[in-house]
Amino acid sequence: MSETVRLDRVEEITLDRVRHVALLARLELGEEEAVRFSRELTGIMTHINKLGELDLEGVEPTSHAIPTANVFREDTARPGLSNDEGLANAPEKDEGCFKVPQII
Amino acid sequence: MSFPTAHDLIARLEAGETTARQAAEASLATIERQNPQLNALLAVTAEQALADADAADARRQAGKPLSRLDGVPIAVKDNMCTRGVPTTCASRILENFRPPYDATAVRKLREAGAVLLGKANLDEFAMGSSNEFSAFGPARNPWNPECVPGGSSGGSAVAVASGMVPWSLGSDTGGSIRQPASFCGVVGMKPTYGRVSRYGLVAFASSLDQIGPFAQTVEDAALLLETIAGHDPLDSTSSTVDVPKYSETVRNGSLKGLKIGRPVEFFDVQGVDPEVTAALNAALDKAASEGAEIIDVHMPIATEYAVSAYYIIAAAEASSNLARYDGAHYGFRAPDTADIVEMFSKSRAQGFGAEVKRRIMLGTFVLSAETFDAYYVRAQKARTLIQRDYREALEKVDVIAAPTAPTAAFPLGSKLEDPVQMYLADIFTLSLNLAGYCGLSLPVGRTSAGLPIGLQLFGGAFEETRLLQAAWQVEQVVK
Repeated sequence: MSETVRLDRVEEITLDRVRHVALLARLELGEEEAVRFSRELTGIMTHINKLGELDLEGVEPTSHAIPTANVFREDTARPGLSNDEGLANAPEKDEGCFKVPQII
Repeated sequence: MSFPTAHDLIARLEAGETTARQAAEASLATIERQNPQLNALLAVTAEQALADADAADARRQAGKPLSRLDGVPIAVKDNMCTRGVPTTCASRILENFRPPYDATAVRKLREAGAVLLGKANLDEFAMGSSNEFSAFGPARNPWNPECVPGGSSGGSAVAVASGMVPWSLGSDTGGSIRQPASFCGVVGMKPTYGRVSRYGLVAFASSLDQIGPFAQTVEDAALLLETIAGHDPLDSTSSTVDVPKYSETVRNGSLKGLKIGRPVEFFDVQGVDPEVTAALNAALDKAASEGAEIIDVHMPIATEYAVSAYYIIAAAEASSNLARYDGAHYGFRAPDTADIVEMFSKSRAQGFGAEVKRRIMLGTFVLSAETFDAYYVRAQKARTLIQRDYREALEKVDVIAAPTAPTAAFPLGSKLEDPVQMYLADIFTLSLNLAGYCGLSLPVGRTSAGLPIGLQLFGGAFEETRLLQAAWQVEQVVK
């Protein structure tokens, strides 16, 4: 897959690409906004393409700077939020549940 | 501008010369006078603060203060959860959000008796370098209200620099404590990743975020850090490394023989204001005349590639973390949507501001299948090399000195139209978060226009004791 993107040239983030990414991000964009993002993201990626200069052959990726190991806690019951507390910030609720528009 | 430090206030509380109530009232009076112009605090918790102050006075009267800082006022950046008190992240999407719990750092403050005065302004979701991306208007720089205070923790810096509170908490993902500290002429510290629990800190980039102190002095920062640091079962990335009493040893260092690294490439970056360079060199000269050894070190990758690696990694993590704002469980929901996907897309479109959307778009783009290896994995590999730059430099020296920002505070509006220029304002701070190590900014001078200039010091992982000692020494020689 990495073949599809080359860092030795500037890739234009086209309007179609912007619309596709916005769909993935669940972000409704107006026409003007999409045009602006196409321009701005292209500008940002042009700068970011600098990474293409680095020789990264054999370098391990770092996801966390400070080494961490997975931590398991004891599987014991402890008090959590009550139903009322959990729903206190809900935009809409009904019968102790979060209410949302129709899904299916 | 100079105001009583937290240590001054503690000494007066201990001597019975003042009360927590008087301290809270003085803070509230300053807030009332200054906040309408400076917009440092988004919420002021006056009533609760006075009640908490009275309780602190009663404890001290009974000879049972909770800690040394029982009754001392504080402000907290508005991306840390405060039970029942609005926590907005300066975003419309969380405008009416009242968390059902306290962040661990906030809980520790309460357990120490600190009196929460208010929630500090920030760039929306801590994304920005000027505080101009706050949905509730920018905070302004107390040294010149036409200039930005820096960001994203602008409000926390302004609250200290204008005397509203003696100290405050911010969060630093790519410089968001150190850069506003530099712009506002106060001390601001990013601890080592994992030193302070992130539980209840609204996530921006989880592998980079860290809570830290703002204060007027290094000694105050040391005391505040030891109060909030430590392992927390609620944050599995918080470290089990013991927390030393930083405040008790902060004066024990010496400039004699202290090795201060000077990263040659940092000082060669184009666009650094000559007044900034001059102030830094003057500070280092003073340290050298007291016996410090200034040693050239090389950090080429941390200088040249940090901005690129950072904006890929931070945006990627942000796009994932901010997926939770969907209008379903809490926060803003767009009205009158036909189905749930439209509810998600419209709530997010109307709830997020421009910079947050830009980063979500950038992050989603670099994480998408076609680009993942080319950008995200590449940035993670660059991160390895950036950390190596730090590690190798710190093998040769005790601490590293660098500019905090290329310039002093810039005018409001001057970088708003160009995201890349705004991102470059963080060129000297971003790499530290990628490396995970600790660092701080302390004021060392002012420009001819009277704006503060900060010097940044870096230390190794969990080397806060040594970093604070070195900073205290430098603070004394530049006074």
